[in-house]
Amino acid sequence: MWFFIVRRVLYAVPILLGVSMVVFVLMKMVPGDAADIMIPPEAPKEVADMIRARFGLDQPAHIQYLRWLQAMASGDLGTSIFTNQPVAEELFGALANTMKIALPAVFLGFSLGVLLGALAAYYNGSWLDKLFSGVAIAGVSLPHYWVGMVLVAIFAVSLNILPGQGMGPEGFPTTWEHIQHLILPVVTLSLIPMGVISRLVRANVLEIRSMEFVSALQAKGLRGPRVLLHIMKNAAPSALALMGLQFGYLLGGSILVETVFNWPGSGSLLNLAIFRRDIPVLSATILVLATIFVVINILVDVLQALIDPRIRR
Amino acid sequence: MSVATIPKECTAANEGAKPLVRVNNLTVRFITRDRTIDAVNGVSFTVDAGEVLCILGESGSGKSVTLRAMMRLLPPHLTKISGEITVDDEDILSLGAPALSDLRGGEVAMIFQEPMTSFDPVFTIGNQIIETVKRHDGLSESDARKRALELLEMVQIPSPARRLDNYPHEMSGGMRQRAMIALALSCRPRLLLADEPTTALDATVQIQILQLLHRLQRELGMAVLFVTHDVGVAVEISDRIAVMYAGRFVETGPVRAVIREPQHPYTQGLLASTVNGAMRGKRLEAIPGSPVNLAALPPGCAFAPRCRHAEPACAVPPPETWIEPTRMVRCIRATPK
Repeated sequence: MWFFIVRRVLYAVPILLGVSMVVFVLMKMVPGDAADIMIPPEAPKEVADMIRARFGLDQPAHIQYLRWLQAMASGDLGTSIFTNQPVAEELFGALANTMKIALPAVFLGFSLGVLLGALAAYYNGSWLDKLFSGVAIAGVSLPHYWVGMVLVAIFAVSLNILPGQGMGPEGFPTTWEHIQHLILPVVTLSLIPMGVISRLVRANVLEIRSMEFVSALQAKGLRGPRVLLHIMKNAAPSALALMGLQFGYLLGGSILVETVFNWPGSGSLLNLAIFRRDIPVLSATILVLATIFVVINILVDVLQALIDPRIRR
Repeated sequence: MSVATIPKECTAANEGAKPLVRVNNLTVRFITRDRTIDAVNGVSFTVDAGEVLCILGESGSGKSVTLRAMMRLLPPHLTKISGEITVDDEDILSLGAPALSDLRGGEVAMIFQEPMTSFDPVFTIGNQIIETVKRHDGLSESDARKRALELLEMVQIPSPARRLDNYPHEMSGGMRQRAMIALALSCRPRLLLADEPTTALDATVQIQILQLLHRLQRELGMAVLFVTHDVGVAVEISDRIAVMYAGRFVETGPVRAVIREPQHPYTQGLLASTVNGAMRGKRLEAIPGSPVNLAALPPGCAFAPRCRHAEPACAVPPPETWIEPTRMVRCIRATPK
């Protein structure tokens, strides 16, 4: 098991290096560098060259890459060229905000997805199956910013029982007022994970139920709930893998949903950085998000291996 | 050897002439939207306590379906079972769900063909035995574990304590089948249903598993209903043989009689197409044609299209002919001795 974990962590190194290279190359491919944005076009060439030299932009690309990578690896995420604030501050603030909705959303999506998927499979072909499958397909295919707007229109505007905008007071969500602000964005964000996970669980449970070992479990006299436990443990690894992926996507923040709910998360930050051509913010954000994504997937892999020993090999 | 720990009263059931298992006119139909498959068409037999009855037949003859019907393991929404199955005076087909699950794994246990796919891959072998013992005997976790260990010893699995914590994929095929036998015998069944338990194994391992089963069967005094397509296996283990074709028994009788003097043309063909030592240099005879389509059975004798003795009279269903008090042949050519 330890060998498995170490191996998985080592695999992550080339992945992250690859991601950093892609990010760097993309940033270089964008016409104009950071200096072009900072320096007014009428500035004399000497001043422009001085600023380029100060930021190391006059160096060859591979030197720039290695310097940037070194800075990132040592935890220095750079300084925003727009606000002049450390990137780390803006980034982790935004990530924390996104986390407040992404964590509950993935939890809700996973629980509901597993529940609906398992029920749909158990009552395969019945009206319950059709209903849950319909809900799942709607969850995946409706544009979620649109769902967000509809929810705001219903619960915030017409019924006026939930806030439709913002995060409420500062700080860690503890009070009812905080939670009220969370409900609509969390529900909106949970739709896609709920949909995809329930489709997967339904298909998996159907497949597992037709396997020989389920007959064998029944043949030894196990009762329904115990047989269900066996089936769900077999279905768990793939559902967890999908949950990890979905959680990664949610952490990237949904620009559209965050815009609908006026939620200052990582999606908004990325969006802003793109508009401002704030390359340090943009590249650091993408790299940090990619790192988190990789870490989550390592955790999921380990969890899978704990459940299904065949994965350890 | 933990056989000694098994109470004597369970094994000494041979008293009286009353059979343990009584199956009367069993029919099983699979009904799907576009067709109906007549898998079993009126099968009747009895099995005495401590007796081994072997159902011999090709794939698709309905032998496994018969076996699964004994425990009602067939998918209920697709299957129509009629007839009568009683085990120890209990009417299997009318049991409610709780009583049925009490019976399964308790009084009646089953061994499956493919030991790899019949264990849950994400639970240890030990866990899967323990949960069964706990289910039926209400033992505590530690007592159940002790029992599981005894059972692994009983089926002669080396270093059983370590094997308890193995997952199915960590064992060899023969070992898994031994564990499957241990699991099946964990609650001292009076009837063991064995669905081709040696088919998926290597020839050398087959023999070991057969011998193990045979020994345990005698020691525990279980009745066994054994399904196989392998004549050699059937001869090795059974007291009586029932040859099945197209969902019917075409010939039944004591092993020796059936093997030495097969009466039904199908049995003769089956035996002639089996390899054995005395036939060196001779050409192996295959039964011509292919097994019948169970979705479109001929009205008369189902074997007639492949039978070299077929005649116009075969177009009506042949009656059961008892050529001896213990031997039945379902063929118009059979005559009582």
